[in-house]
Amino acid sequence: MWQFFHKLGSPKWFYGIAGRFMPWLLGIGLLLALSGIVWGLGFAPKDYLQGNSYRIIFIHVPTAFLAQSVYLMMAVAGVVTLVWKMKLADVFVKAVAPVGAALTFLALFTGAVWGQPTWGTWWIWDARLTSMLILLFLYLGVMALGSAIADEKSAARAVAVLVLVGVVNIPIIKYSVNWWNTLHQPATFKLTEKPTMPPEMWVPLLLVVVGLYLWFGWIALYRMQTEVLRRERRSRWVQDLMHPGGRSDVSSGGARADGV
Amino acid sequence: MAFDSLNALIVMEGHGPYVWTCYGVFFLLLGVLVWWSLRERRQLVREQKQLQQQKTEASPLQAGSTAGSFQRINTSRQ
Amino acid sequence: MNPARKRKLSIILFLLAGLAIAVGLATYAFRQNINLFYDPSQIAGGEAPVDVRIRAGGMVEEGSVRRDPDSLKVEFRVTDYASSVTVMYEGILPDLFAEGQGVVATGHLNGEGRFMAEQVLAKHDEQYMPPEVSKALEKASARAEEQGAKELPNY
Repeated sequence: MWQFFHKLGSPKWFYGIAGRFMPWLLGIGLLLALSGIVWGLGFAPKDYLQGNSYRIIFIHVPTAFLAQSVYLMMAVAGVVTLVWKMKLADVFVKAVAPVGAALTFLALFTGAVWGQPTWGTWWIWDARLTSMLILLFLYLGVMALGSAIADEKSAARAVAVLVLVGVVNIPIIKYSVNWWNTLHQPATFKLTEKPTMPPEMWVPLLLVVVGLYLWFGWIALYRMQTEVLRRERRSRWVQDLMHPGGRSDVSSGGARADGV
Repeated sequence: MAFDSLNALIVMEGHGPYVWTCYGVFFLLLGVLVWWSLRERRQLVREQKQLQQQKTEASPLQAGSTAGSFQRINTSRQ
Repeated sequence: MNPARKRKLSIILFLLAGLAIAVGLATYAFRQNINLFYDPSQIAGGEAPVDVRIRAGGMVEEGSVRRDPDSLKVEFRVTDYASSVTVMYEGILPDLFAEGQGVVATGHLNGEGRFMAEQVLAKHDEQYMPPEVSKALEKASARAEEQGAKELPNY
């Protein structure tokens, strides 16, 4: 266990192991997400009340779900940065913040487009929508703060503190629909209860959620590899990897970095 | 299939514009994110290779640095 | 100004801007109350202010919707199954508006305890089902009611 933890601190080891997982994450992730989307768009039955507009749920729920879990993962990485000073944790935060911002934006955007025909308004300042907007600002803040400080170590520390301060927003998002009166309805998927829809609706939804998670795993590892290469560009193993005329599977995040 | 025809799938009983806008923006934004990440990597690799090429040309003695030279090549970005 | 100071300044400005946005949003949310709307029990209990712009929300009572045949005026009662409040509205209602469905109305309470709405939004629940299932459920509950009238429910 400790050996694994220690190894994780080695950028070269990380680069190689990430490359081995990535093709699987991307392949299976795309397969699941795309089949879930095709199923949801063309084959799932329409809703008795909302008709076909509810089909937006097949991307609205997965993006909203992932946007919140990515922030939680960033918070865990933030603790690791502050306590163990592990560089890879900061690399993770820096690599995934734009992905989290994009997912949050998508959740807000699809929610707005869905709200227009169902609620009669595309935006309302209820607790759920407002706290989700704050999540978007947190992601943008993490990105801006990270690039505003040139010194790598102080940037890592400042970003970790901001991420941890912002984590209070996550339970607020999750429970806003139960704590207060909101226009937004309560969650469709709960971990402890049966989903409030029949299987021909929740199975495709689950496929997209799992697929998007795996896709996130791929893009997170890919962006982390890039950041590792950038930070380690003066080290021997990166220079060997990038040797002019040398093997160049670097761009695709090749698995053979450790074989150089 | 929940729809009788391709046309019905596109129109979705009037909700088509809402649904297809969402899916369009979803794929567009995630596509841009992937494209941007790939471009970042390519740029980094290209710059780094150029730098190392220059270094190798400037000091031919180190040309075979992979062949067992103990010299560490320090590139600095000015 | 040297680069280090410039950077520090930009960080401070950034933090200030972030703080300003956060405080702004928080006050905005509190001004409207974190609860988006008052429910009929709160209104009946006198918790909601009169002649102030507020929101009221609940279920549209079955059989309470009365439309004016000559205009877009509509009157209905909103209930939380404990109390109910009469809502007056003039305008186009959202597609999902129906008896037994949730709504959130923006407007103000007049002195007689009627809610004068300027905007009516539909609120739906987290239940999704195919139309056939919904129809089957309705039939089943109607049948259960018929039987319930004849004999005591055995559960």
